[in-house]
Amino acid sequence: MFDESDNVRKINTINRRLFIITAAKILVFFGLTSRLFSLQVKQNNKYLTLSDKNRIRESKLHPVRGEFRDYFGNVIAGNNEVYQLHIIPEQVEDFRYITLRLKNILNLSEKEFQKIHKKRKEIKAWETIVVSDNLTWEQFSKVNNYLHELAGVKTVLSISRIYPFNENYTHVLGYVSQANEKDIINNENIKEKFVPGIRVGKTGLEKTFENVLLGENDIQRFEVNAYGRKISQLNYQKGSKGQNLNLTIDTEIQKLCTDLLKDKSGSICVMDIFSGEVIAMQSSPSFNPNLFLFGINQDDWQLIRNDPMKPLLNKTINGRYSPGSTIKPIVALSALENEIINPEFTVHCKGHKNPLELYGQTYHCWKKEGHGFVNLKEGMKQSCDTYFYEVSRRLGVDRLSETAKKFGLGKKVFGDLFENEKKGLVPNTIWKKNALGKGWLLGETIITGIGQGFIQSTPIQLCLMTAQIANGGYKIYPKIVTNNDKKYKDKYEPLFKKSKNIKIIQKAMFSSTNELRGTSYKSRIDNPKYQFAGKTGTAQVKRITDKDRELDLKTFEIPYEERDHALYIAFGPYKNPRYATSIIVEHGGSGGSTAAPIAKKLFKLIIDRHKLRQSIKEKKYLDI
Amino acid sequence: MAFNNFSHDLTLFQKIKNYDFILLLSILLLGLTSIFTMYSTDGGEILFHTKSHFIKFSILFPMMIVLSFVNIKYWHAGSYIFYIIILGLLVWVALYGVKASGSRRWIDLYFLNLQPSELMKIAVILCLAKFFHRVRTSSTNTFASILFSLTIIIIPCILVITQPDLGTAILISFSGLIILWFSGLRIKYFIYSFLIFITSLPFIISFLKPYQKLRILTFIDPERDPLGSGYQIIQSKIAVGSGGITGKGFLKGTQSYLDFLPEKHTDFIFTLFSEEFGFVGSVLLLLLYSIIIYRIIRAGLISRSFFSRLFCFGFSFAIFLYVTTNISMVLGLLPTVGSPLPIMSYGGSSLLATMIGFSIVLSANINHRQNIS
Repeated sequence: MFDESDNVRKINTINRRLFIITAAKILVFFGLTSRLFSLQVKQNNKYLTLSDKNRIRESKLHPVRGEFRDYFGNVIAGNNEVYQLHIIPEQVEDFRYITLRLKNILNLSEKEFQKIHKKRKEIKAWETIVVSDNLTWEQFSKVNNYLHELAGVKTVLSISRIYPFNENYTHVLGYVSQANEKDIINNENIKEKFVPGIRVGKTGLEKTFENVLLGENDIQRFEVNAYGRKISQLNYQKGSKGQNLNLTIDTEIQKLCTDLLKDKSGSICVMDIFSGEVIAMQSSPSFNPNLFLFGINQDDWQLIRNDPMKPLLNKTINGRYSPGSTIKPIVALSALENEIINPEFTVHCKGHKNPLELYGQTYHCWKKEGHGFVNLKEGMKQSCDTYFYEVSRRLGVDRLSETAKKFGLGKKVFGDLFENEKKGLVPNTIWKKNALGKGWLLGETIITGIGQGFIQSTPIQLCLMTAQIANGGYKIYPKIVTNNDKKYKDKYEPLFKKSKNIKIIQKAMFSSTNELRGTSYKSRIDNPKYQFAGKTGTAQVKRITDKDRELDLKTFEIPYEERDHALYIAFGPYKNPRYATSIIVEHGGSGGSTAAPIAKKLFKLIIDRHKLRQSIKEKKYLDI
Repeated sequence: MAFNNFSHDLTLFQKIKNYDFILLLSILLLGLTSIFTMYSTDGGEILFHTKSHFIKFSILFPMMIVLSFVNIKYWHAGSYIFYIIILGLLVWVALYGVKASGSRRWIDLYFLNLQPSELMKIAVILCLAKFFHRVRTSSTNTFASILFSLTIIIIPCILVITQPDLGTAILISFSGLIILWFSGLRIKYFIYSFLIFITSLPFIISFLKPYQKLRILTFIDPERDPLGSGYQIIQSKIAVGSGGITGKGFLKGTQSYLDFLPEKHTDFIFTLFSEEFGFVGSVLLLLLYSIIIYRIIRAGLISRSFFSRLFCFGFSFAIFLYVTTNISMVLGLLPTVGSPLPIMSYGGSSLLATMIGFSIVLSANINHRQNIS
C-alpha cells in the first residue's frame, strides 16, 4: 500500500495533469472575459438600442389638421371638439353587464353592440375600445351621469373636422373621412402619421393639400414590459398643427351662389379679373360634407350617389359643356385679330325659311324670323347664329382654336390643384386627324362658331376667358388658395394683337346686356355702379330636328334631360371692370331666360362687397 | 504513520489555524452577492425567491462550517455509502419523483424539493476519489478499474437522462471523468473516446428529443425563431450587451424588471447580474469564482492524502465547469442546457451539493497533513 515510489509517481501524474487542466481553465476564463468585452463594451450600442426597442413603445396621437379660412378669415373647415366613449376592458368587472348598460344609455343598435364584443376579442385587456367617436351632447351628459357606476368607461375629448358652412364649400374643399388602405398606400405622409381613425382628405383641396394640412403627431413614449403592458410614460412630444390655408373665396358670395342654384343643377364661378382670385365657385347640387366625418350611413350615401343631378360632380371644373353662344366673343375676337372681318362686316340673316346651306346641310339661326342685316355688334347683341356661321366659315377652325386656347379654353385652369379637373376640348383639324382619323369638315367649323359640335369647355374656363376679355386682354393666373401664389407672375402678358379689338368685343357684350333687343336685356342693371356686360349661351343637348323647329316648344314642355343648358358669361362693373363670372344651369332652357337673371342678383352682391374686399387687400399689403 | 497519529490529535486551535478563511470569506461574499441579485430579480422587493434563497443560504452556510470540522477520513470512509444513498434516491425519483414541466427530478421532502441529481455531481467525485485513492499507478489503466469507474459514472447518468435532464447528466459524467484524468488514465483513451464521440454525434443527435434538437438548432442560429426557442438567448444577449462597462445599476436592469428575461432566478441569473453591474461587475464575479477555484486547488495541493487531493481537484474542476457552462450558455456560446451557476442561482439542491463540496474541501484544509490508510 505504502509504496513511496509509487506515491511519488502518482503525485507527479496528478500534478502534471492539474497543470494542463489549470492552463485550460485560464484559457476558458480568458475566453469568457473577451466574450463579455465584445458584448458589453464593443457592441454595447447595438444591444442598448435593442434593449430600448424592447422596452419603449411610441404611441402616436391624432395630429391636428390645419384649417381652411375664407378671404375674410372666417373658418370654413375647422376643428371641433368631439366626445368619444372609451372602454378599457381590464378595468371593467363584468364586461357584458357594462356594455348592456351602455347599450341602454346610448340606444346602441344590436349591430353596434355586437361590434364592441367583437372588438373586445381582438385586443388585449389593457387596450382601449372606442365605443363611439362622436357622442351627442345629450348622450355625453347622460353617460356622465352614470359614470360612477360604469368603472372602466371613460369619456374622452377629441378633435374632429367640422365644416360650418355645410354644403357651401363641399366642391371646393372636398371632405375628410377615415383613411382607408388606398390612402395609406398612395401617400407616404399619411402612412407615417397614421393612427387608427385618422381622417384624411378624400377629394378637393382637402386632398390636394393633405401633406401641409396633416400636421405632426403628438408622440407619447411608454415603457412597456415583455407582455406589452404600459408601465410608465417616459415623455410626451408635442406635435404641431397642420398649416392653415386661406382661400380667395368670399363666403357671402359663395352662399348666394348656393341659393341661386337651389334645386337646379349647374355651376357659378366668379373671378377677380386682375388677380385671378376665385371669389366664388359653387356647383349644384352639393351635399353636406359633415355627413362623411364619422362614416356616412348607407341611406344618405345612396341618396347622394343616385341623385340624377350628380351632387358628387364638381361641375365647375369637371363638367364639360358645349359653350354655345358664349364662344361668340372669342370667334369675333379671333376674326378681328386675324383681320378676317372688321366691325362693319355685315351678314344677312333671313330666318328659318332661308337657312344657310352648305353641301346639302342647312344651318339655322335660332330666330325664326331672322335678324335681317347684322354687323358684328348686332350679331353679338342678338346672338345671331347666321352671322357667326359666316364669320367662322371665313375664319376657319384652326385660327379660332388658337385664339380660344390663348384665352384659356382647352387646358386646365388650376393646373394640378384639383385632381380631377377636366381639360375640355378645343378642336382643330390636326386634333381631328389624330383623334378620330378623319379629315375636318367645313360644316364642323360652322357649328364650332356657335359653340356646338366637338368643342367643350368647363365653366371655370369660360369664367377665365371672360375675365381675360374683361381686363383688356391680359393673361391672368387663377388661384383659389392665397398661400399658394408664389409662382404667379406680377407682369401682365397681353393676349391680343390690337387692344382695340378687345374693346370692340367688350362693347358688343355690353350691348348684348344693356341695349334693347340684346339677349340678356331683361337682366340688365341700369345703375352704372352695378352695370355689367355679358353674353348668353344656350347649349343644345340634343340635335334640333325640323320637327322640333316646327313645334317650337317652350322649355317646360320638353323632357328635363332634353332641355338645353343655359349659360351666361359676364363681367362688371362695365365702366371699370373688376369681376367676371360664368353661370351654367343644366337643362335650364335658354341662357337669356335662366342664366342671365342669376348674374343680375349676383353682381349686386359682388360689387357691394368689393370695397370690403379691397380694404382687406390693402391691410394684407400693409402687413407685409 | 507518525504523521497519521499526529493528525488525529489536532487541537481546536490548530484546526482554526489550518482553516482557509479566504475560501470561507469568498463563499460568504458570493452568497451575499447572490442574495442581493435575487432581491433584484424580485423587482427590488423581498419576495418569495429572495426570502427562500436567504433562508437556504443562512442554513446551509453554517451547516457547511459545522461539516467542515468533520474529519476528512470519515468522508473517505462514507464515500461509497454516500454514493449508494444518492443512487438510491435517483431510483426513488425515477419511481415516485415529483414531476414538473415534463421531467421527473425531485423528491418532495415537504420543506424542500430535493433534486438528487445535483447531489450526484458530488457523490460521483467522492466515490471515484476514494476508488483511485487506493489504486496503484500501475493498475490505473487496467480493464477492471476502468470498467468500475465507468460503471460508477454511467449508472447515475442513465438515471438522470431518463428524467430527462441531459444537462445534469453531462455535468455528472464530466465530474467523474475528470477524476479518471487526474488519476492518470492514458491520454490516448481520452482522445479515442473523444473521436468516437465526434463520429457518433449524428447517431446521438437522432436519439435526442425534439426539444433538445431545437435547442441545438437555436444555438447555431438564435434568430431562426426569435419569439420562440431563440427568445431566451436573444433577450439574454441583449441584456448583457446593454449593460455596458459599468452596467445599468442595481435594481435598474430594464430587461429583467420588465420581464424580458426568462428564468432570471435560476439559469439566467448571471444575465441579470451582468446587465446591472456591467463588464466590470461580471469580471469581478468571474474573479471571485477564480479565487474560489484557486483556493480549492490549493487545498488539494497541500493535502497529503490522494483522496483529498483527487476530491479537491475534481471539485474545483466541477465548479469551474458549472460556472463556464452557465456563463457560456447565457452569452450564447453554448446551447441552452439547464445548468445553474453555483451559489448564485436559485435552487436548494444545487446549493446543498455545492456547500457539501465546500465543507469537504475545508475539512481537507484542516486535515491536510493527515494521511488516510
